[in-house]
Amino acid sequence: MRSNLGFFSDEKFRSIFFQTLVVGLFALGLFFVISTTSYNLEKRNIATGWSFLQNPAGFDISFSPFLEFKSTDTHLKVYFVGVLNTLLVSVTGCIAATILGFILGIVRLSSNWLLSRLVYIYVEFSRNVPLLLQIILWYSILIQLPRVKQSLQVLDVFYISNRGLYSPRPIFESGFSYVSIAIVLALISSFLINRWAKKRQDKTGQQFPVFSSSIGLIFIVPLILFFILGSPLSFEHPELKGFNFKGGLVIRPEFIAMFLALSIYTAAFISEIVRAGIMSVSKGQREASAAIGLKQTWIMRLIIIPQALRVIVPPLTSQYLNLTKNSSLGIAVGYADLVHGFGGISLNQTGQAIECMAIVMATYLSISLTISFFMNIYNRSIQFKEK
Amino acid sequence: MKKLLSIFAVVAFAFSAHAGTLDDVKNRGFLKCGVTTGLAGFAAPDDSGEWAGLDADMCRAVAVAVFGDRSKVEFITTTGKSRFPTLASGEVDMLARNTTWTISRDVNLGFEFVGVNFYDGQGFMVPSALGVSSATELDGATVCIQTGTTTELNLADFFRLNGISYEALPIETNDEGKENLFAGRCDVYTTDASGLSSTRAAASNPDKWVVLPEIISKEPLGPLVRHGDHQWGDVVRWSLNAMIIAEELGITSENVDAQTSSNVPEVLRLLGVEGNYGEMLELSNDWAYQIIKQIGNYSESYEANVGPDTPLEIARGLNALWTQGGILYAPPFR
Repeated sequence: MRSNLGFFSDEKFRSIFFQTLVVGLFALGLFFVISTTSYNLEKRNIATGWSFLQNPAGFDISFSPFLEFKSTDTHLKVYFVGVLNTLLVSVTGCIAATILGFILGIVRLSSNWLLSRLVYIYVEFSRNVPLLLQIILWYSILIQLPRVKQSLQVLDVFYISNRGLYSPRPIFESGFSYVSIAIVLALISSFLINRWAKKRQDKTGQQFPVFSSSIGLIFIVPLILFFILGSPLSFEHPELKGFNFKGGLVIRPEFIAMFLALSIYTAAFISEIVRAGIMSVSKGQREASAAIGLKQTWIMRLIIIPQALRVIVPPLTSQYLNLTKNSSLGIAVGYADLVHGFGGISLNQTGQAIECMAIVMATYLSISLTISFFMNIYNRSIQFKEK
Repeated sequence: MKKLLSIFAVVAFAFSAHAGTLDDVKNRGFLKCGVTTGLAGFAAPDDSGEWAGLDADMCRAVAVAVFGDRSKVEFITTTGKSRFPTLASGEVDMLARNTTWTISRDVNLGFEFVGVNFYDGQGFMVPSALGVSSATELDGATVCIQTGTTTELNLADFFRLNGISYEALPIETNDEGKENLFAGRCDVYTTDASGLSSTRAAASNPDKWVVLPEIISKEPLGPLVRHGDHQWGDVVRWSLNAMIIAEELGITSENVDAQTSSNVPEVLRLLGVEGNYGEMLELSNDWAYQIIKQIGNYSESYEANVGPDTPLEIARGLNALWTQGGILYAPPFR
């Protein structure tokens, strides 16, 4: 008996055997998938390859705030327009969800019964209704707004209709570059002042009014420069001409619906993460800070939040990833993101389903890994450092 | 391990090996036919929940040819985007879904168009209150357009050619298009003229909408199958042709029984009284008789679904027989 199982009773052999088996089965499965796919593609006379990326798209994409897109541009450009639109809604969505989530998470812990109950209802509602329905709900509301000819006028310069929100577009004239340079310099110097003030406080205990001096630098100095240069900034106002408003900036209802739904949905999750993070800081910390006479706002800012962040950031990262991936639902309301434009229209016009999907998947993977990478760096920077 | 390999081999075989589609359909006991998500007159559920329309009749005609029974068909809805993958993957046996016959679809996508059951062209529909009388006046308009269609490409070409601008609002289905157009999110809806008529007929007040005179493209709509299965392609092709030939020969669902004792040779061949054309197609010999009996000839299907007496009010026009000023023409039945 023992001689039969001799090899198997050897732990080293057994582990190598099973690992080889798993790898072998995986490779076999992969081989099976690839060979079947290529066999079937060939059998159905479906052309494969990447050359279609260089062919003209032939269709138009109207929502392309960063790149000018014409129907004679290539499918590759459709891809870039899609990536930028995906990033646009993801980045703005993440920022809004974070701000809203932090506020709601803190309010949820407030001693005000009504406020905390309201946040509770909000969180339970938006967490538990499918995101797709929320997107469609927002869109349905937005296209019930007045028609373009009956646009609501707000403050004489904004127009709201079911074609979107129109606002004046700033036009920077020649002297404005000096103002921009001044703003950048002010930002850098306030950053340096902040560092210097912190060092000085650590050494001498003296404080420096960092906040007010930074505000002065960033706002007042460029503003004075702006007027000295004779206000080199004008606005192009949207005007109703023919079918649509011409000129100005426009935010489309498709984008607004995506932005609202994604940020409101994700904010509910983030608020719970923030609440959990704050509650993870032991009560003793708060009591001790109160005992040494710190102000309530300081306790939150200097004692509680830095410790809570250690708990908050890792799950926050996965919320950012979720939001980015959820932005692919834009197809439901015709938001021209990566999946809708390149993974949808290009795919369908060229028939190169496998290639398009592979590119789209690789892109989402890269975006997600990039977010994780930076969030991990941030996470390391706020972790408890033993001195 | 050996066992595992043999399982793999069997699965691989099941995935890759394709018996003829006709055999598959016969073994399954019903036809899977890809249609639109609902376009009145072409394929849409009627009041009793039965699929009806010109394309639905096309599906039923094939089911009758194979099984002699118009109910042996499962309608599978596809969007403009999902239709081709659905057909390519074998999820449906054929598409009868307002699909334009183009060279790239015929050649590059690996399909085979077997004929044309409706000659169409792309048009524009606007609210009559807009006061637009020609598509060239549409500079700056927002246009609702179904993505992944030939109309999307024609639209871009038309506006480029005329040097006018527009803003495209991409939509997925005809219903979405209706919703956006009726809400005023877009000024114009563009699709095949028949589709516009269908959309207009579905409006609460059709008089508030006008279809502009410009027809900017050729859109021959027809059934298609996967490339390479010629036997199955023949079945679908001749199911369509049988309906057209029946109209040519004056055979209708009403008089088809009387026609079996006709003295016209082509009538007798079509109805399976003479010759063995059914056997050639591996169908029963009365397959065409059954199509005419149960579905009717092309004209009957047209008049019942899209003709002047229906809400769509589309005159025969190009879709009349070649003998009557149209271009509908089927090869001889011999």
